[in-house]
Amino acid sequence: MAATRDGYGQALLDLAANPKVVVLEADLGKSTKSLHFRKAHPERTVSCGIGEQNMLLVGAGLAASGYIPFASTFAIFTERAFEQMRNGVARPNLAVHLCGSHGGTHTGTDGSSAQSIEDLAVYRTLPNVTVLHPADDVSTRMLTVQLASTTTPSYMRTARNKTPVLYDDAPEGTIQIGKGVVLEHGDDVAIVACGVMVAQALEARILLAEQGIHATVVDMHTIKPLDGNLVDTLAQRCGAIVTAEDHSIIGGLGGAVAEHLSATGATPLVRVGVKDRFGESAQSDEMLEIMGLTPADVVKAALEAIARKA
Amino acid sequence: MVHRAQAGHPGGSLSEIDLLTALYKTQLRVKPEDPRWADRDRFVLSKGHASPGMYAILAEMGFISVEDLKSYRVKGGICQGHVDMKWCPGVDFSAGSLGMGLSFGMGAALAARMDKSERQSYVMLGDGEIQEGSVWEAAMAAAHHELGNLNVILDRNRIQNDDFCEAQMRMFDIPAKWRAFGWNVMEIDGHDMESILDGLNFLASNNNGPSILIANTVKGKGVSYMEDNPAFHGAAPNDEQYAIAMAELGVAA
Repeated sequence: MAATRDGYGQALLDLAANPKVVVLEADLGKSTKSLHFRKAHPERTVSCGIGEQNMLLVGAGLAASGYIPFASTFAIFTERAFEQMRNGVARPNLAVHLCGSHGGTHTGTDGSSAQSIEDLAVYRTLPNVTVLHPADDVSTRMLTVQLASTTTPSYMRTARNKTPVLYDDAPEGTIQIGKGVVLEHGDDVAIVACGVMVAQALEARILLAEQGIHATVVDMHTIKPLDGNLVDTLAQRCGAIVTAEDHSIIGGLGGAVAEHLSATGATPLVRVGVKDRFGESAQSDEMLEIMGLTPADVVKAALEAIARKA
Repeated sequence: MVHRAQAGHPGGSLSEIDLLTALYKTQLRVKPEDPRWADRDRFVLSKGHASPGMYAILAEMGFISVEDLKSYRVKGGICQGHVDMKWCPGVDFSAGSLGMGLSFGMGAALAARMDKSERQSYVMLGDGEIQEGSVWEAAMAAAHHELGNLNVILDRNRIQNDDFCEAQMRMFDIPAKWRAFGWNVMEIDGHDMESILDGLNFLASNNNGPSILIANTVKGKGVSYMEDNPAFHGAAPNDEQYAIAMAELGVAA
């Protein structure tokens, strides 16, 4: 078990050999895990105080001057700077890499004010912006390192709490921006998940197998650009798709897959996610129960999708 | 430009133009023939709606042609409604949303320091613009980081979109506010060239932290019916008004 935010912190250290990499903080480096970089490279770390709007555009100014800024705060607080991200980063296409940690209801006892359930949706609407939500610390580290060599801005959501490590011995190249990862194969239904819901989907697969149902499980760590080819393949092979995310059912991974399928065919799709409501204070596992994000909920959705096959 | 497009922001363009002229002609280290020169001074027009003033000085400096000015607000034109770095050579930041340019200028100043370059970062703010809270996030951060290479010129023309600033949001003692945030502050007459040059010298000689010129200006300067008139913040003159304006400015229409 490990937290994806730790993968982010580790990746920043991996990237430190590149003198153009700079880190921007808004008084939450201890939480987002950029603190390790700050301790090692204070001269390339910029404290922006509790000022997210300024941080995003300081990043833009650095990016326009040849630097590679990684800015982080809680997912929810990045949203305060949405217009800065839109007009000052995405529009001029400046490669500022924004990381929102503590995303989703899995964040837990801090309660609904800290549980961003709309971040993936809002950033997905911005042209030029890559949107990532990795499932474990290893893939978070790999994706963060890859971001440094892209030329466009990004938003990556990480999680506060620990989740199973999925890619411990994964060979180089397993994780690539824009490419979903098929973790398990099955022909009856495809479960396309991101973030903390990938582990839930893997558990759901075991429960489905007990009923003789074989599910494919995909880690769709890149929400945008969506791996449409993979979605098409899954639609053809399985004929039914479930999406699973710790995010509103509106506009996130489920929304992206629904938009894609609307143009390509009539594959039954059931979206598991936060059903257009706010969270509350509870432990991570309790939040997943409250929000209907347990393996049992994914199983139910899979059965529903299968039942709708023509 | 504004008359041709029948839209745009003449008032703030006229209030800023003396400042821009002095800055570009005497201070800014730029190469019009190489607008992306990495070690150029940066200039951010944060009040990005006052783009006609900026396009005029860019044409004067040779970044763009006088013919390009006709493309203001026209489909495919490099002179977009608000200054845009993706469209127009010489524009360092895509503005349009108020309260963003100072943060960007701060990033550029930090980059210059990390590069161990002497290049300067200049930002022009509107006075109405400093009602945006994000300006003060940037003001606090720039002083914290002691960015002596960050220079602001505040176009204090006393008028914003809907009305006089005094009616929309009283700002009380603006120089005192910046001083309290840790900035070097000087007030100048933004239409008196000697005063402007003194101010630019003040910016150049104060490197112990960020500096700001509060430039007292007249909105719509030089055109009688526009001067100090909130109606010409964002409105185009008609044909008759245009003729008057050109005559008063001493320009062939």
